Amino acid sequence: MLDNNIEITTDDKERAVLIPSPTTPARHTEKQTTPTQIKMSVRDVNFFYGDKPALHQVSIDISVNRVTALIGPSGCGKSTFLRTLNRMNDTIPGTRMTGTVKLDGVDVYQSIEDVSTLRTKVGMVFQKSNPFPKSIFDNVAYGLRVNGINDKDLIAQTVEQTLKKAYLWGEVKDMMDNSALALSGGQQQRLCIARALAVEPEVILMDEPASALDPISTAKIEDLIAELKKDYTIVIVTHNMQQAARVSDTTAFFFEGVLIEHGPTRQLFTKPNKKKTEDYITGRFG
Amino acid sequence: MTISAPTKTENATVTASKLVFKPKSRGYFPKGLCLLASLLIIIILAVVLVNIAIGGAGMITWDFLSSPPENGMESGGIFPAIFGTVALVILMTVAVIPVGVFTAIYLQEYTRPDAWLTRLIRLAVNNLAAVPSIVFGLFGLGFFIGFIGGGIDSIFYTSEGPVWGQPAIIWASLTLAILTLPVVIVSTEEALRTIPRELKEASYALGATRLQTIWRVILPQAMPGVLTGAILAISRGAGEVAPIMFTGAAYYLPYLPSALNDQFMELGYHIYVMATQSPDVEATKPILYGTVLVLLMLTFALNFVAILIRSRLRLRRTNA
Repeated sequence: MLDNNIEITTDDKERAVLIPSPTTPARHTEKQTTPTQIKMSVRDVNFFYGDKPALHQVSIDISVNRVTALIGPSGCGKSTFLRTLNRMNDTIPGTRMTGTVKLDGVDVYQSIEDVSTLRTKVGMVFQKSNPFPKSIFDNVAYGLRVNGINDKDLIAQTVEQTLKKAYLWGEVKDMMDNSALALSGGQQQRLCIARALAVEPEVILMDEPASALDPISTAKIEDLIAELKKDYTIVIVTHNMQQAARVSDTTAFFFEGVLIEHGPTRQLFTKPNKKKTEDYITGRFG
Repeated sequence: MTISAPTKTENATVTASKLVFKPKSRGYFPKGLCLLASLLIIIILAVVLVNIAIGGAGMITWDFLSSPPENGMESGGIFPAIFGTVALVILMTVAVIPVGVFTAIYLQEYTRPDAWLTRLIRLAVNNLAAVPSIVFGLFGLGFFIGFIGGGIDSIFYTSEGPVWGQPAIIWASLTLAILTLPVVIVSTEEALRTIPRELKEASYALGATRLQTIWRVILPQAMPGVLTGAILAISRGAGEVAPIMFTGAAYYLPYLPSALNDQFMELGYHIYVMATQSPDVEATKPILYGTVLVLLMLTFALNFVAILIRSRLRLRRTNA
């Protein structure tokens, strides 16, 4: 029996409704015997670029071993929100955030652990594939090396395992010393996923990972996401609603910096609770 | 709909017919002028190079390159000046590259562009680039020799005569390093600016610290830019005479510099000396030609090496 324990939260807390657990598992979801745990819990996050507000009172729970899709029109704050989860916005000067983000119950903005430890636990894949101008091997090994792993055998072993996990090993095993920039766009993006996996994260954030790829490469990425879900918690930003419907277990709809609705993907796309959500998914705006 | 359309077209035709366009000139004259101005550059360079090559080529023998000047510079070679120039440029490069690169990294990676300190540093860099080179020479004399060198002497060498507080190759190369600093800063900054934000974010997202990101991602990417700065600094530094004539270059030395506080001979200064101070200018003319040719070839050679390294770096980055 699935118990998704999903909460809808809006800026108006009074109206928050607890969605009952779905009776049918979402696509790709394996039968699970244990109730779903909360991996990351976000409360009352506000975010500003200078004086310009980008997020308003966002609260959401991210379930472990699930794919959570973030959808919404351009500029709605979904990417900004994603980047609050691994404190990536810290690197942008002139930004400000309030609220709490917890990973396994620990506030990632308050804890004494430094931000690089957080980022090894919460990995990220970017919209534009961004391999380093280094060899394929060095790209995957980068995360290990910067985190103090120097054992050559261990690095080689981890690189191979990780590339296998990303279904890229067969395509690149004979060209590990070639530049990563010589790979195709789809291969580069899978290499970036492998690079993120190498440091053994618990959560993987994906910011429109397939938006620049052709349909075949996109399908490969989506298959990979379905496979990775077994071991990782995934949060994916996507512009493509079909993609959200295909890959995710729950979907959150953002509009103008506000989290309008978060629920099981099937329900959100068939029977949304909010008028705004319905307008968006039926293509009335956005 | 179909009726109103022709009327509109007619109206348009009527309006257009009132305009009488002046026939345009074909523009041969401006094009020719621009071409002539451009050709002038080639011609001037060719005249300079050919003149020097013809006058100097006969002088370039192994003896000329490997022996010291003799007879008040009317015969003999220029080896001490070649040695001094190479040593000077190497010391200058060693001093200017780290300072320039660190400054550029600070400006690009650690500060916001509108911070007051950033703007102050930028203002200083731009003004440094505009200072005439003779002023650097006087600055080097006052600051390095008088203040720093003299200071070292008064603390550590009170009993002897001046040890560091005198013209020396270290002070001359540091003076040149300050002169060439803006070039290195600007070209390194240029390179840092072109590094995509996505690459830095990829590094941070893997748990790398800022220092690790700078060392492993940003600096390797910026290396060709750093080397471009080094090339420009070397070209500039190897040819400057004014900053070194007060700070370390010698008219004539019977020995090669072997310590940082030794004086040295330098090709540019040697040329200046032979052209203006020599007892018999006519007699030194062939040697003068030869020296100029050697200085040019040395500068080209140093440039060529740097360009070679840079293109190899670029090649390695794309092909790995």
